[in-house]
Amino acid sequence: LREAIVIMGISKVYLILYNIVLAAGWSWIAFEALQYFQGQEWDFTKTAGLYAAVERPLQISQTAAVMEILHALVGLTRSPVHVTAQQVASRLLLVWGVCWVVPETRTYWGFALMLLAWDVTEIIRYAYYAFNLMGSVPYVIQWLRYTLFFVLYPMGVTGELLMIFCALPFIHDQQIFAYPLPNPWNTSFSYYYTLLAFAAMYAPGFPPLYLYMIAQRKKVLGRQPSGSSKRD
Amino acid sequence: RWHPSKPVRASFPKATMKINIVTKSGKAVCSVSDVDANSTVLQVKRSIQKQKKGLSPDRIALKAEAKGKALKSDVALSSLGLGDGSTLIFKDLGPQIGWATVFLAEYAGPLFCYMFFYPRPAFIYGDDAASMARAQVVEVAAACWSAHYAKRILETLFVHRFSNNTMPLFNLFKNCSYYWGFAAMIGYFVNHPLYTAPSDLQMQIGLGAFIFAELGNLSIHVALRNLRPAGSRVRKIPYPTANPFTLLFRFVSCPNYSYEVLAWTAFTLMTQTAMAGFFMLAGLFQMTQWALGKHRNYRKEFPKYPRRKSIIPFII
Repeated sequence: LREAIVIMGISKVYLILYNIVLAAGWSWIAFEALQYFQGQEWDFTKTAGLYAAVERPLQISQTAAVMEILHALVGLTRSPVHVTAQQVASRLLLVWGVCWVVPETRTYWGFALMLLAWDVTEIIRYAYYAFNLMGSVPYVIQWLRYTLFFVLYPMGVTGELLMIFCALPFIHDQQIFAYPLPNPWNTSFSYYYTLLAFAAMYAPGFPPLYLYMIAQRKKVLGRQPSGSSKRD
Repeated sequence: RWHPSKPVRASFPKATMKINIVTKSGKAVCSVSDVDANSTVLQVKRSIQKQKKGLSPDRIALKAEAKGKALKSDVALSSLGLGDGSTLIFKDLGPQIGWATVFLAEYAGPLFCYMFFYPRPAFIYGDDAASMARAQVVEVAAACWSAHYAKRILETLFVHRFSNNTMPLFNLFKNCSYYWGFAAMIGYFVNHPLYTAPSDLQMQIGLGAFIFAELGNLSIHVALRNLRPAGSRVRKIPYPTANPFTLLFRFVSCPNYSYEVLAWTAFTLMTQTAMAGFFMLAGLFQMTQWALGKHRNYRKEFPKYPRRKSIIPFII
């Protein structure tokens, strides 16, 4: 029995640390981003060099998120595995499959939009989880998590789609990852069409997730999202 | 029903009883008053249908208790211990579709989806494609694929006995997408003008194994059918019969699935086509889950169930 308690304790401690570390990682990205813009004299239209400034912390933090799939798989967290896997996979596709593979996308302004949405979302999300595991979440974090998504979610989706469409012409022209016939496996792969199909999935995928967050907000914050007669 | 051959018993007046029909959460659905102790669950369902138009008995599931199994339609109410004032829990299974329709769609569909690519339609492969040479294995593969699904259709008509009349309509779309999708992908690549054939030896081994697996699969289906005579509810452990293909029963609970996996492995070897390999893996994944379930049921039902694996001898 004592062992079980110790084990439960260790898991919780690990998860708290994990969430703190990742919140720190995304904060580091924010720091690098701010430092970059300071160098640009706070001209937020000059986004071309932003990727270079955040590349390493972004790659590290986003790739580290595969741990969350593992956590869900072994039951450390209650998230459904397939949902977590889907979310992490789509992020990885953008960080590695778009930004890293197609360098021309790195200087595109869509990257700044996408990064802003991701960064704010992730810092709040990891902070939320850490606090939740430690006992109670400060109301401000709760409010931020379930309110900012109204704007951040569409912003992120827009940024991601812009990045994909920026990448597609280069992928087509350079035949990136294309595996055509004839070959010994009698199959063909088109990264271009795969990415296109992935982009198409945003349309049916976005409304349910958005509506789910709205429903969660009502449940968690317990009042109408846009003004109500019961105001404290 | 009154049969002339049955002696007329001194019977009590057949009092009709009232059964309350509620949802899982306790909400009242309706009440059924035109049944008596000898009525069957099906008659209760028909009664519900009269009150709730559009709910055919096939889409009604009735349970005596929330955590119990759905009641079979041909069971009498008295044998379930239900009387006047009893409650049954109701669930709408959604739009249903007859099994014959489903299997025809599921098995005729892939036949057409694959053979659609066989003549190398110009709008897919280009104008010159149809006149280009075809490797022999391409013809053989088309024959094997067609034979497999023709066999399945015939088995559906003449061999299999089904426990349910219908299945949910959603399953039809899900299953057809799977079968037709893979049929199209495999058909597209095998019939492609740029298809690369493997060695003749590889094709022959693949073909031999495929035929062996199809015969094996058929043997198991026939053996399972003969295990239970029509109309009886007797459940027995399957054992090898005179047919040597059924020897696999000594090693696994569901050798029909084993042969199916073998057939698609053979087809993949024969055609050396990645999509066929994926199809085999998808089937293996699904059938292993089914096999594990069936194996578990066998072991639960028969305390002295022989030591076997579910689908892959010695492994799982």
